[in-house]
Amino acid sequence: MKELSLNVLDIAKNSVKAGAKNIEINLIEEANTLKITIKDDGCGMDAETLKRVTDPFCTTRKTRKVGLGIPFYKLAAEQTGGSIKIMSHTKETAKESGTEVTALFYTDHIDFLPLGDIVSTVVTLIQGSPDIDFIFTHETGTNKVFLDTREMREVLQGTPLDSPEVLIWVREFLNEQYKEK
Amino acid sequence: MKSLAELAAIRERMQSKVNIREGQGNMRIVVGMATCGISAGARPVLNAFVEGVAKAGLTGKATVSQTGCIGICQYEPVVEVYSGEEKVTYVNLTTDKVEKIIEDHIKNGKVVTEYTIGAATK
Repeated sequence: MKELSLNVLDIAKNSVKAGAKNIEINLIEEANTLKITIKDDGCGMDAETLKRVTDPFCTTRKTRKVGLGIPFYKLAAEQTGGSIKIMSHTKETAKESGTEVTALFYTDHIDFLPLGDIVSTVVTLIQGSPDIDFIFTHETGTNKVFLDTREMREVLQGTPLDSPEVLIWVREFLNEQYKEK
Repeated sequence: MKSLAELAAIRERMQSKVNIREGQGNMRIVVGMATCGISAGARPVLNAFVEGVAKAGLTGKATVSQTGCIGICQYEPVVEVYSGEEKVTYVNLTTDKVEKIIEDHIKNGKVVTEYTIGAATK
């Protein structure tokens, strides 16, 4: 992956596949760190699967026996001196199922991948899963960017979120918030 | 300044268009968006299709959707265009190639043979 926002897209797609109704993507920049949390209310994983997910030979896909999404993400964090943590519950082990993937990056490390075009990642996720709600926040010391598709849905009243005009609005809405600072 | 209120205007515009759109959407553009596709550059390709189709006024004719791994990771970004019974597989795509596919294939029904998997494997 050339930029972290692509990893975020890839990992969030696992939440989509887990049947999530809500996916929260949270980025917090503080001093020399970036913390990215991707949290869903999907089906979750049992303890055994959870142990195996960082293994490249563990995958949900049927076309090949390798799955590199989480290993790539883990590598991107660890090569900066950071780490990833995955917590997951299924309906059998908890009241509410879901998965939370937290990654910590040291942004002043030479091997820190730039975040890149995170706005495109959000637009792409909404385009691919217009019926899922996404709550996106990106906090830096001086700025907070925020989007909640549940608020959009209230106004749109049934107009699909993947309508091109809506997607273009999302892109501009986020871009403007990034410009504010 | 963009605000949620603008979505209400979009909603109204969309509702007035719905009747015209129904029954015409016979083309499907499917972009492979698994780890392999994403790392090879599928995200800008997808967005180029979404915005390009809208700009060309073809949203009533073609829909853009995402899928997982198609199984030919070495040719990513891969896009399949379905129209009726026919399927065309485009490989190694870039945003520049997308422009041509929208103009020639989606708009005018002429397959861009040079970008297809058949041409890539020769």
